[in-house]
Amino acid sequence: MTTTAIETGSGRAKRGVPRVPGAPLLELQDLVMHFATRGDGLLGRKTSKVQAVDGVSLTVREGESLGLVGESGCGKSTTAQLITRLLKPTSGKILYQGNDIARLNERALRPYRREIQLIFQDPYSSLNPRHTVGSIIGTALRTHNMTAKGKELARVQELLEVVGLNPEHYNRYPHEFSGGQRQRIGIARALAVQPKIIVADEPVSALDVSIQAQVMNLLEDLRKEFGIAFVFIAHDLGVVRHFCDRIAVMYLGRIAEIGNRDDIYGAPRHPYTQALLSAVPDLGTVRGTPPKARIRLVGDPPSPINPPSGCRFRTRCWKAAEVCAKEDPALTRRNSPQEVACHFAEAPEESIIADLRADA
Amino acid sequence: MLLYILRRILIAISVVAVTLIASFALFYVAPTDPAGVLCGERCTPARYEEIRRSLNLDEPLPSQVGNYFKGLVVGRTYESGGTTVECEAPCLGYSYLLGQPVTKLFAQAIPVTFSLVLGGAIVYVSVGLLAGVFAARRRGTLFDRVTVGVSLILNSIPYFIVALIISLYATFLPPTQYTKLFENPAMWASGLLAAWLCLGLANAASYTRYSRGSMIESLGEDFVRTARAKGLTERKVVYGHGLRAALTPVASILGVDLAYQLTNTVFTETIFGLPGVGLMTLRAFFTFDLPVLMGGVLVGSIALVTMNLIVDVLYTVLDPRVRLS
Repeated sequence: MTTTAIETGSGRAKRGVPRVPGAPLLELQDLVMHFATRGDGLLGRKTSKVQAVDGVSLTVREGESLGLVGESGCGKSTTAQLITRLLKPTSGKILYQGNDIARLNERALRPYRREIQLIFQDPYSSLNPRHTVGSIIGTALRTHNMTAKGKELARVQELLEVVGLNPEHYNRYPHEFSGGQRQRIGIARALAVQPKIIVADEPVSALDVSIQAQVMNLLEDLRKEFGIAFVFIAHDLGVVRHFCDRIAVMYLGRIAEIGNRDDIYGAPRHPYTQALLSAVPDLGTVRGTPPKARIRLVGDPPSPINPPSGCRFRTRCWKAAEVCAKEDPALTRRNSPQEVACHFAEAPEESIIADLRADA
Repeated sequence: MLLYILRRILIAISVVAVTLIASFALFYVAPTDPAGVLCGERCTPARYEEIRRSLNLDEPLPSQVGNYFKGLVVGRTYESGGTTVECEAPCLGYSYLLGQPVTKLFAQAIPVTFSLVLGGAIVYVSVGLLAGVFAARRRGTLFDRVTVGVSLILNSIPYFIVALIISLYATFLPPTQYTKLFENPAMWASGLLAAWLCLGLANAASYTRYSRGSMIESLGEDFVRTARAKGLTERKVVYGHGLRAALTPVASILGVDLAYQLTNTVFTETIFGLPGVGLMTLRAFFTFDLPVLMGGVLVGSIALVTMNLIVDVLYTVLDPRVRLS
């Protein structure tokens, strides 16, 4: 295993990292995270489980960028916190370079904490207001013994320069920066320890659109330059399309569809993905072309405390049939390049129902 | 910073001055007759007049206030039963009942109270913070519930009962007495130990709950999650990031509590027989010893404004977002 050195300043020319994804870096196998909640029963407390993440499996290869999309509450952020082991999964495996880190304790996790970094959604609350920028980035360096004693400040300034901040500002506090600048501090902090994979949990949602573009371009540059793999979580499907090689669509704690960007955006197979993509505002209507049909989903997603049987999407799906309630559709290739978890993924609706009737 | 502190000191002085003038108005002008009370039952008009004159009650109020402030700055003289008493600056007045300058009385009482209150504060801040942090980290466990329960019970029992019980049962501790710190530090510490524990444990109950609540909040902050993601040790996460943020509200409560206790630790001083400020002021209240009462007001208001100033400066250390201006 060769660690990709994060070269900066004069050594910026090192661009030898292949864009083609390499060996599997991170593998989630049937990952489950249930949170216990307490309600008031008549006698004592009733406990129920919020099934935030319920059987997620996916693979991220070296240097690859995987987009994780889905509506609020579908378990995207929980997945991010599981990968970075800020949460301990209820069951399942998190394989990092083949080693299962799902059950490791804090001490055994420390080396992995360096290689798997997280960029947080909110650049305001995620930086400690009582620490200077230099100390925020420097602590990461010190914790993982990344620099020699006297070199720390130089390295901090170097990192600030990489993310486009003034290196002289190391002595300032986070509240003296704007939102976009603060997100850059968060990125510099994540970069400081030369990670192999960065989990970015909606890194641009809290920023306004012009700053979003700047931060996205920065992430794109860093990815090309250092060959860091990304798990990129976002609401904005346009941003994901721009940034990610592969896309996983989540719904209610499970993956509905996963595959290459062009397959997902070009020919989505899962009804939920189709609905999600049809909800993206279409600039064509402004120019006068007839609007694409928009699929409207009715109602709210069901509660993750008591998810529907079988396919989780069936309560809002226009294709739902009897089999959907009985049988949980597996996430596999169904005559498609991407994997889809839907009984009616590829074929037209009528013929499948006809087939099932014929079977019965 | 220095300029800010200087300006705050000027403001503090004016606050103290206003407090003094207000107390003058209340004590001397109110429809009470301090001279009559002092004179007692077998009072002759001549003696009554003499007491009035000795308390300067025969002068108009502005000149009384003026004399008092003049005494504070340059000292003044008093006449008592034909003899003249020099009262050097800062002169807080002269207690005719005790036949002593008030400044001297306070000079004896303040070290006692200071030793008591500061020692007690060290006990309750350290016990309270530790218990609070432990409970917050183990929120919802048996340890947490027991800690919160015990602190609630301790808080619900009136303080003088807690103090009385401790003083009655803690006979294994060295007997309480006050020795000057510079004369014999060991005696000073052992003589105050029981009182420190009493004041400390009773107050630790509320500090446990303050710091527990504050700590639960700060441990839930996003930047604590960031610290974990960085790979910091749990101790650094909890104390470096969590506790530091939790200290701000605790510090402001501590400032007010300390100022209050410096003049109002009457129960502790009474039960343990320590001749401190609280006890002296209380005695002055019952015997209508006006100069001593006025001294108590002065000491109390100085303690309060000083503590507020210290807390405000401390804020900037604890939280760099706070700017003094």
